[in-house]
Amino acid sequence: MDVILFTLFNGLLYGMLLFMLSSGLTLIFGMMGVLNFAHASFFMLGAYFAYQISKYIGFIPALFIAPLIIAFCGAMVEKYALRRVHKFGHVAELLFTFGLFYIIEELVQMIWGKVPVGYHVPEYMDFTLFSMSGMGYQAYAMFTLVVSIAMFIVLFSVLTKTRAGLIIQAALTHPEIVSSLGHNVPKVFMLVFGLGCALAGLAGVLAGNTLGTEPSMALSLGPIVFVVIVVGGLGSLKGALVASILIGIVQTTAISLDYSINNFIELIGFSVDIESLWRILIDLTISQIAPILPYLLLVLMLIFRPRGLFGNRDV
Amino acid sequence: MLKISDLHAYYGKSHILRGVNLKISKGEIIALLGRNGVGRSTLVKSVMGLVPITGSIIYKNDEIVGNATHDIALKGIGYVPENRDVFPTLTVKENLLLGVKDKNAKAEWTVDEMFALFPNLKERADVSASALSGGEQQMLTICRCLMGNPEFMMIDEPTEGLSPQMVETVAELLKKIASKGISILLVEQKLTIALRLAARVYLMGHGKIVFEGTPKELEKNNKIRKEWLEV
Repeated sequence: MDVILFTLFNGLLYGMLLFMLSSGLTLIFGMMGVLNFAHASFFMLGAYFAYQISKYIGFIPALFIAPLIIAFCGAMVEKYALRRVHKFGHVAELLFTFGLFYIIEELVQMIWGKVPVGYHVPEYMDFTLFSMSGMGYQAYAMFTLVVSIAMFIVLFSVLTKTRAGLIIQAALTHPEIVSSLGHNVPKVFMLVFGLGCALAGLAGVLAGNTLGTEPSMALSLGPIVFVVIVVGGLGSLKGALVASILIGIVQTTAISLDYSINNFIELIGFSVDIESLWRILIDLTISQIAPILPYLLLVLMLIFRPRGLFGNRDV
Repeated sequence: MLKISDLHAYYGKSHILRGVNLKISKGEIIALLGRNGVGRSTLVKSVMGLVPITGSIIYKNDEIVGNATHDIALKGIGYVPENRDVFPTLTVKENLLLGVKDKNAKAEWTVDEMFALFPNLKERADVSASALSGGEQQMLTICRCLMGNPEFMMIDEPTEGLSPQMVETVAELLKKIASKGISILLVEQKLTIALRLAARVYLMGHGKIVFEGTPKELEKNNKIRKEWLEV
């Protein structure tokens, strides 16, 4: 029982990090159709900016200032670059964000170097808050969880209860009609892009000091974010939350399962020749294939339910 | 109120509007008639800035060609699209509230007035707009447009696919809107509704205006009707 609780809890922690990272992208992708390949780069920038700011004025101010800077950067990218590229179609947009990804990575390496920087958990949150199954949970991990849950509540309330949120929801599916009702859709797009980047930046601030702040961090988390938004459903915040937690739990559970198909075959009294080619495959443990499980889920979702769990339109 | 001169519109290499000229005065109902594919919807989209165009569109003494769609809407032009584009994920009431352009401006039309006009919408105020019938969705899009206090409305095929009873309701609503001094450009395929409501009609063919006059004049002109309107 303890093991299940422990796995679920770890899955929840990882899932909420994925949610922070993917919520912004699901809005951007769902609303503007922009496959922002550079989204995780803003996550990385969040971590580096927080590292720099917290060196001078502490972690808590960095928690607010870094996402604000990222929001501004994101909004400017949308207004002065992406909007111009948009008229050449989605392929041009994809290539643009692909280029942006590498530009940001190179800039980060030029400024902060190729090795991880010393961005650490603040001392006043670096203690064990409670233990479960002999595993201690750091106060900072709980802080991250609380912030991510608060972020979901605020974002969901803004999107569903405010006029600005209603405009965003309507512009997700009918941008021309929203414009013809007198709402400035390009400005809405710019703000959503800025907000989406800020959310990724916030995730970077919170995760950079536990996952490590280094130039490859965008590449290591970038692809999984696309899995989350496709599985959850384009433009659906609820979908992003459910898919993040689902993928978080699937990955953490799979990593802890050291069983292979061969174990099962032996359990029912059969055996496969040790020289057989199949043996290599059936000897693979679930923990070994854990990294590909989210992508398998992505492929299955695209084949059987392209609109995702909670989306209202196909990819 | 609105004067369109030598308007040309293009979709890629296709030349859709080929020098359209049209005029609407304050408080007037004008019908824009023509068969499918002659450019009627493109004309109203052009006025809203949704299509690349050349030419001139003067609205209340201002040239609006080149203006952004939301700026055109804020000048007082309302647009009801042909395919009843309600916002499907929002409720009926939320759809209406999104029609309000300026929260601080004095409201000429309120949600309560809309509900008084269409009790069906009131009963389903908190229901998702996608759950409404075709006729109810048409009412909702017209009401949503009215919530923005337009001085000039362009309504694209409001009676398309509606029951005769619903067509009657739409006609009554349009009369009520016009009685408040709002000019209406009514895009229609049928002559019947235009005969009942419009002061003047424009008939389009091959991206041009091929007839301009009163509905009675068009009704009497068999040659023009047969060539450009009847199937």
